[in-house]
Amino acid sequence: MTTHATAHHDDHHDDKPHGFLHRWVYSTNHKDIGTLYLIFAFIMVCVGAAFSGVIRTELMKPGLQFVQPYFFNEMTTMHGLVMIFGAIMPSFVGLANWMIPMMIGAPDMALPRMNNWSFWILPFAFFLLLSTLFIPGGAPAGGWTMYPPLSIQGGDSVALMVFSIHLMGISSIMGAINIIATILNMRAPGMDLLKMPVFVWSWLITAFLLIAVMPVLAGAVTMLLTDRYFGTSFFNAAGGGDPVMYQHIFWFFGHPEVYIMILPAFGIISEIVPTFSRKPLFGYQAMVYALASIAFLSFIVWGHHMFTVGMPLGGELYFMYATMLIAIPTGVKVFNWVSTMWGGSMTFEAPMLWAIAFIVLFTIGGFSGVMLALVPADFQYQDTYFVVAHFHYVLVTGALFAIIGAIYYWWPKWTGRMYNETWAKVHFWWSAVFVNVLFFPQHFLGLAGMPRRIPDYNVAFADWNLVSTIGAYGMYLTPFMFFFILWHSKKHGAPAAARAWEGAHGLEWTVPSPAPFHTFSTPPVIHDEDLAHGDVSH
Amino acid sequence: MKAAGSMQGKLGLGVALTAVAGAAHALAEPWQLNMTPGVTQTSREVYDLHMWGLYVCIAIGVVVFGAMIVAMVKFRKSKGAVPATWSHNTVAETIWTIVPILILVALAWPATNIMIKMAYTEQSDMTVKITGYQWKWGYDYLNVGEKPYHVHFISRIDPRSDRTRELRSGQDPWAVKDKDYQGVERNTYLLDVDHPLVLPTDTKIRFVVTGDDVIHAWWVPQLGWKQDAIPGIINDDWTSIHEPGIYRGQCAELCGQDHGFMPIVVKAVPKAEFTKWLDEQEALATKADAPAASPTAAPSAP
Ligand code: HEM
Ligand SMILES: [Cu+2]
Ligand SMILES: [Cu+2]
Repeated sequence: MTTHATAHHDDHHDDKPHGFLHRWVYSTNHKDIGTLYLIFAFIMVCVGAAFSGVIRTELMKPGLQFVQPYFFNEMTTMHGLVMIFGAIMPSFVGLANWMIPMMIGAPDMALPRMNNWSFWILPFAFFLLLSTLFIPGGAPAGGWTMYPPLSIQGGDSVALMVFSIHLMGISSIMGAINIIATILNMRAPGMDLLKMPVFVWSWLITAFLLIAVMPVLAGAVTMLLTDRYFGTSFFNAAGGGDPVMYQHIFWFFGHPEVYIMILPAFGIISEIVPTFSRKPLFGYQAMVYALASIAFLSFIVWGHHMFTVGMPLGGELYFMYATMLIAIPTGVKVFNWVSTMWGGSMTFEAPMLWAIAFIVLFTIGGFSGVMLALVPADFQYQDTYFVVAHFHYVLVTGALFAIIGAIYYWWPKWTGRMYNETWAKVHFWWSAVFVNVLFFPQHFLGLAGMPRRIPDYNVAFADWNLVSTIGAYGMYLTPFMFFFILWHSKKHGAPAAARAWEGAHGLEWTVPSPAPFHTFSTPPVIHDEDLAHGDVSH
Repeated sequence: MKAAGSMQGKLGLGVALTAVAGAAHALAEPWQLNMTPGVTQTSREVYDLHMWGLYVCIAIGVVVFGAMIVAMVKFRKSKGAVPATWSHNTVAETIWTIVPILILVALAWPATNIMIKMAYTEQSDMTVKITGYQWKWGYDYLNVGEKPYHVHFISRIDPRSDRTRELRSGQDPWAVKDKDYQGVERNTYLLDVDHPLVLPTDTKIRFVVTGDDVIHAWWVPQLGWKQDAIPGIINDDWTSIHEPGIYRGQCAELCGQDHGFMPIVVKAVPKAEFTKWLDEQEALATKADAPAASPTAAPSAP
């Protein structure tokens, strides 16, 4: 395997296309497309954060100081849509693009031209969505869940939002098809399914979830569109329709969707923790089966978002029991990560710090999830800040922390340069402190009785809201820190070795850093010690 | 809900958090950390279940995070730790699959019991219909026992809160105060209405809940539940309030621009007082017009 021999050569022999248009707009290279996805996601994180800035600033103290309630609702809606579909999902697709071919010894994605499309649809989708801020009637204001009848009361933003979601769906589905085709067809000889890195597994399963549920979302929003413009009554009670049916359809998409946003994170953590523990992943097969069972269960628990719509007792009991079951495979994953650390020889570079924070804080989100599954308690929690705290723990300190950890982890492979460890630690500790200042008090607010999605509140909620807003302001510095650290590394970082981390295993570490424009043009010969998890066939 | 209740008693851990929550304050307290135990049997059972769930999570957290901390202290490279090579342990894996199942059963069991009780809306003493409008609540007293009633009114945010909450109103939210049931002044900003829903104590009251335009949710934390108010659908719930008092809540489902400004106030009074009040309202409603009572006919406070 070529490693150090080629590690320091420059890119002249990579025959990258020249010129911005050819290199980036016409790109069919998985690495460049991965980069595009990640840059796009970074921009969207900043946009979504700006929206949340409006929210948290208005909520800093009681009384309306800055925005009208309707605009506040536009902000919560856009914040949710942009963060979920613009930030978290594209980041994971970007990581998939960069890493999956290198991890399975493939030269590129199976369908490179479609890959180009999957990405380049996204800017158009978000152009449509964000343009609603400037049209008469304003942006959608019915919440990211778009419950009718409210969601179709607004102006023409409904139509733009629906088209934008259609585009995002097409993008996701094409991306998912590509990932499945790549993983199933392009593995190097000897890379059996059960020898694949867990990150690859997590994406294989996620891709199936995407293909299964994005069309469901497209169907639901199309029904909103026809209810709004073409006189149908799918969700209109006056015309014989049923508003609750929308919620069933939406959450049949929505719950798998939340796992779409966390399974790849599980994969990332399963790569990082063994590397910095210098010990093979504990229970590799259990990890894979846990992923698969979580994915399966995610299809049959959607009703837990709807405990207060008045389902029959039997339905509520079923959804409670089914939801609680998810805690079991999720618990297996957490226990296995901890067991991987146990008996290891740990160091705490930035990727590991983010991974450890993920395990702790995601688990806290899982705890509140289990509490939310208890129907009578959920009658109190539902639609309060307790739920807001829950999903920010799983999505920000879960999904987003894993993404940041992954970027630190693979950055040396992408750029050939190390980042500054001290600054990265500052970035980490700053984020770890402020994210908890931001979100932990929201548990208290919800329990004390503060509903979600309100622009103003009774003075009893003032103190914790102020604390939360201070946490948010702290968090707003972190994208700048991250950007600066990466920029500095790209310009001045120390050169990275092919195996940038002492304990790293997996095919991606057998190619030079930075990874050449084309890797594995001929399939690698796989040695067991190169595999992320050694020989797991026993 | 014996299981959760006695668990809590046995563990004896509830003290600190319960103290913060306050025994039965009708309003949230500044810096409040925890859920209110409320003023009904149901709300207390819900609270106990919540605490039981919380303790279970804390206990698991102590074990898992404790193990992580020990690992991070003991197995550091800087302390010369040599990595082990094992990656399986069937016994451990079996244990941490089985034990969580048992824990979940211990949670699901009391939850199921409470759900069954909460779903039983029959044998109620009276019925009130709740309708969500953008952005106010409509209340109809349908019957007490066998006797039908025609009392109907609309309940809106109190004008003082409504003025104060205008964008840059220049008015102070802290100045919006009202006397609570015991006569103590308390801040009621955004939690006060013109006409409260008057209910009797110690009476099984059945609610039928629906929405007129979009989906709302009727929620008074002290009663222990919320219920979506959905156009075209009628949901039912019940409560039985033990302590007279004024209990405040809010719409809990995003319903448009004034979603944050459609509070709910329940005034629970002793039965005799309630009957007197209701009969007065009934007289007003039936006298005011034979065919159709004015929908905004304002009830006088009891
Ligand atoms: C142990 C696992 C989990 C359980 C038992 C669980 C349970 C629940 C329940 C019951 C709700 C509904 C709460 C309500 O609206 O009253 C909920 C909401 C939510 N959960 Fe989880 N959850 C778990 C993990 C996750 C994960 C991993 C994610 C995402 C990465 C997630 C994201 C969300 C989101 C986004 C919502 C709120 C959606 C909305 O109403 O806007 N959850 N969860
Ligand atoms: Cu869910
Ligand atoms: Cu409402």
